[in-house]
Amino acid sequence: MTALPIGQQLINLFAAILLLLAFAMLAQRRIVSLIDLFAAQGLVLALSTAVVAYSTRQPHLYESAALTLALKVFVLPWLLYRLVRKLDVRWEFEGLINIPTTMLIGIVLVVLSFNLALPISELASTVTRSTLGIAMASVMLAFLMMITRRKAIPQVIGFLAMENGLLFAATSATYGMPMVVELGIALDVLVGMLILGVFFFQIREQFDSLDLRHLENLKEEE
Amino acid sequence: MPEIVFVLALPVLGAALLALVGHRSFAPSVNVAVSTGTFVAAAALTARVIEDGPLLVLGRQFLLDPFNVFLVALTAFVGMTTSLFSRPYMRIEEEHGRLTPGRLRLYHSMFQLFMFTMLLALTTNNVGILWVAMEAATLATVLLVSLYRTPASLEAAWKYFILCGVGIAQALFGTILLYFAAEKLLGAGGGALLWTELNAVRENLEPTVVSLAFVFLLVGYGTKVGLVPLHNWLPDAHAEGPTPVSAVLSGLLLNVALYAVVRCKVLVDGALPDAFAKDLMIGFGLLSVVVAALLLSRQKDIKRLFAYSSIEHMGIITFAFGIGGPIANFAGLLHMTVHSLTKSAIFFAVGHAVQKTGTQVMDDIRGLVTISPMVGWGLALGALAILGMPPFGVFASEFLILTTAMREQPWATPFLLAALGVAFAAVFSKVQPMVFGETTAMRLPVRPAMIPVFTHLSLVLMLGLWIPPFLADWYRNAAKLIG
Repeated sequence: MTALPIGQQLINLFAAILLLLAFAMLAQRRIVSLIDLFAAQGLVLALSTAVVAYSTRQPHLYESAALTLALKVFVLPWLLYRLVRKLDVRWEFEGLINIPTTMLIGIVLVVLSFNLALPISELASTVTRSTLGIAMASVMLAFLMMITRRKAIPQVIGFLAMENGLLFAATSATYGMPMVVELGIALDVLVGMLILGVFFFQIREQFDSLDLRHLENLKEEE
Repeated sequence: MPEIVFVLALPVLGAALLALVGHRSFAPSVNVAVSTGTFVAAAALTARVIEDGPLLVLGRQFLLDPFNVFLVALTAFVGMTTSLFSRPYMRIEEEHGRLTPGRLRLYHSMFQLFMFTMLLALTTNNVGILWVAMEAATLATVLLVSLYRTPASLEAAWKYFILCGVGIAQALFGTILLYFAAEKLLGAGGGALLWTELNAVRENLEPTVVSLAFVFLLVGYGTKVGLVPLHNWLPDAHAEGPTPVSAVLSGLLLNVALYAVVRCKVLVDGALPDAFAKDLMIGFGLLSVVVAALLLSRQKDIKRLFAYSSIEHMGIITFAFGIGGPIANFAGLLHMTVHSLTKSAIFFAVGHAVQKTGTQVMDDIRGLVTISPMVGWGLALGALAILGMPPFGVFASEFLILTTAMREQPWATPFLLAALGVAFAAVFSKVQPMVFGETTAMRLPVRPAMIPVFTHLSLVLMLGLWIPPFLADWYRNAAKLIG
């Protein structure tokens, strides 16, 4: 293991911040703050990827970090801000479950993911293996956020946060996917966001709101 | 080598061209021309692979073996017939005022992009790119499902996006885990995600990681296959999107997603000493067959009815691949082919039936044979074929699957038989009055495009009576490959 202990410590710190941010997103009701948190998560992800790249001398991870920085910190938050401004939705009033309960479920999920990640992190030879549990926990928390939110934009931010968690899992377990795959994933995320932007306007035009309760009419037997 | 470039480049160029052409009157013809070109290239590619054996081209990034090349040909073929069908169909939709010219342009362009993602998913040798292409396929079809911009279609598209997006995120995690297992043996870098490389070392992959990876991959891609209980998006997306989109979703997307699952299963089977992947696939497959069959009789919307029938058939195919072995795999591949052809033919006929009667509610569709004999007989024959009546091809594949199941998994046979019986009763009792009942519906002057329907149905009939030797060899080779 050629890792610098300071690098290792930094990565653990970033992982912890990532988990905190995931919980913060779970508790945040204001859409604009949610976007800020998402951008912060992207920044932490990019920084930790860069630290992994430095401490393990994997040059391709720098590219991955730059890609994350550009996409997750600048492009996507900017697109989301623009959408929020144009659609004029700033507040989210209620979730399906109240926030303390959501947090409790979140804690249970974190314990679960650490358990699930244990056998894999034992096999991993990377310096970052201890953070795999955190990566899985952030995926689970993002998933929880998607389930408990009623409005379209928070659900999408949950979806993007889940993708952040997956990327973190990829860096911490394997030093990142091959570049061509990472590019493909980034392209998909970006195109997906653009299509959703169009799609939001369609929903809005049709229902005058982005509340997903309007989208609960298709049932088994109508 | 050049064929594969054409197969992939034509749809991309076509999408760009159609975006430029816009809503000029010849746009549908351009769409047909591009799809036909793709099919010709795919046929040439297939001929090449039959002659020279498997191809590994463009820096090992693209793989063509007996398993995927037949799906490439099938995908390009159904794409071509769908473009032929959609030319008159979409014109009529536009005349009815359900579509604006701008949306027609979106439809044509996205249709070609969708074809590209399907063909890329099939031909790529990189498991990561396979994921990227599957996700791109979701993105290309979201706006197609919501093409009519009705409240119901927006809801269906949103559900489709979120459910498939979350599902496919699980598949990404599975892919990461697979890479993690492979990287130890193959070293970091591009090689460790290439399927051929993975296949070469599959006996040595770490079993715990691979089994966990397969669970994520099966759940992820299984969402797109429409396996119960991950199927919720499927009936909505099929019912609310335009009919050509329903036809390609059922006929192509489900197949390609299942292809992804089977590719991963091959790796997992090698890595694990037990039948973990097989048991999971048998379980999911059987559950899908039974649940879908029971839900069939409750449907009121004609497109939802056939969407549930797709879930049922995907369950049968998953079950067949789960059993594995030369005969079940052969039957699974045959069933993939005939289901794809029959179901798209049915959707074509349904699309015209809906246009003629102006409703998707089955109780209001009556006496199609008197309104339009072609559409009526097309629907009746298609329904008989999909229900597994001899001499259609579906009968042959279902018969093979059932007999293998009796030998390999005898406990599952009663469930399968009962489900097939229930499905028969449900679909037949609904289709019969629609085709032959007393008509009360108003007549709309529409000239149907029935050539694709009857082409598909006669191919299915042929496959039931006689499988050409080259095709049979090809299935046998693919079946051996899947193991």
